[in-house]
Amino acid sequence: MASASAKKIRPKYLSLPALLFEIRLPVPGWVSILHRISGALLFFPFVAWVLYLLDTSLASEQGFDYIRNRYLALPLVKLGMLVFIWSYCHHFCAGIRYLLLDLDLGVDLKTARLTSWIVIVAGLLLTAFFGAKLW
Amino acid sequence: MKRLVVGAHYGLRDWLAQRITAAIMAVYTLIMAGICLKGSFTYGAWKDLFAQGWMRVATLLFAASLAWHAWVGVRDILMDYVRPDGVRLTLQVLVLLLIASYVGWTVQILWR
Repeated sequence: MASASAKKIRPKYLSLPALLFEIRLPVPGWVSILHRISGALLFFPFVAWVLYLLDTSLASEQGFDYIRNRYLALPLVKLGMLVFIWSYCHHFCAGIRYLLLDLDLGVDLKTARLTSWIVIVAGLLLTAFFGAKLW
Repeated sequence: MKRLVVGAHYGLRDWLAQRITAAIMAVYTLIMAGICLKGSFTYGAWKDLFAQGWMRVATLLFAASLAWHAWVGVRDILMDYVRPDGVRLTLQVLVLLLIASYVGWTVQILWR
């Protein structure tokens, strides 16, 4: 019989290397962690950034032209915008999946895996679509 | 039940609020995406869009939803990864201050 000393310590906190290299996430797990990462990024810094863009572009015609023709043309800004667009699109799509799961829709394994793939692909396609408008 | 000062509300309220605010923001997002894809992107059109009463109110509703939604979400993240209570409380206060400044800035932009 299992002795008391064999009792596992819980909760178990994982090391960073274990998180990065040992754990193999299934697709719904990837959707979940990406939903969290994109949500954190959207909260900071992207809300502040979008407010800056909104503020400057609405304040004056010069501000609008500056944002549109010069600021958004900077390579680093474009890269940042791509990350922002992906974060928003992925968070949006994954969020809708979670709302449906809360309503007991698509809960069985096969459907859950399929919808996870759909979310990941849709997030990337939407990013490509809106990203292309930026160029 | 053991209740932590830096814990959640141990109930359905925040969970439900996060979902309702998500739905509000999703509707706003679709409307905004439709406007941006359809309209011409000039300063005049942009300014006129945000000069309309309904757009200002809708944007404020979005900001309020975002504030509540993000508070629940960021607090969940802090509860998962930040274990010392003092550090967690400090970060929660900073997050609340940031949310308050976001909302303040939004109001300033909309009703300038």
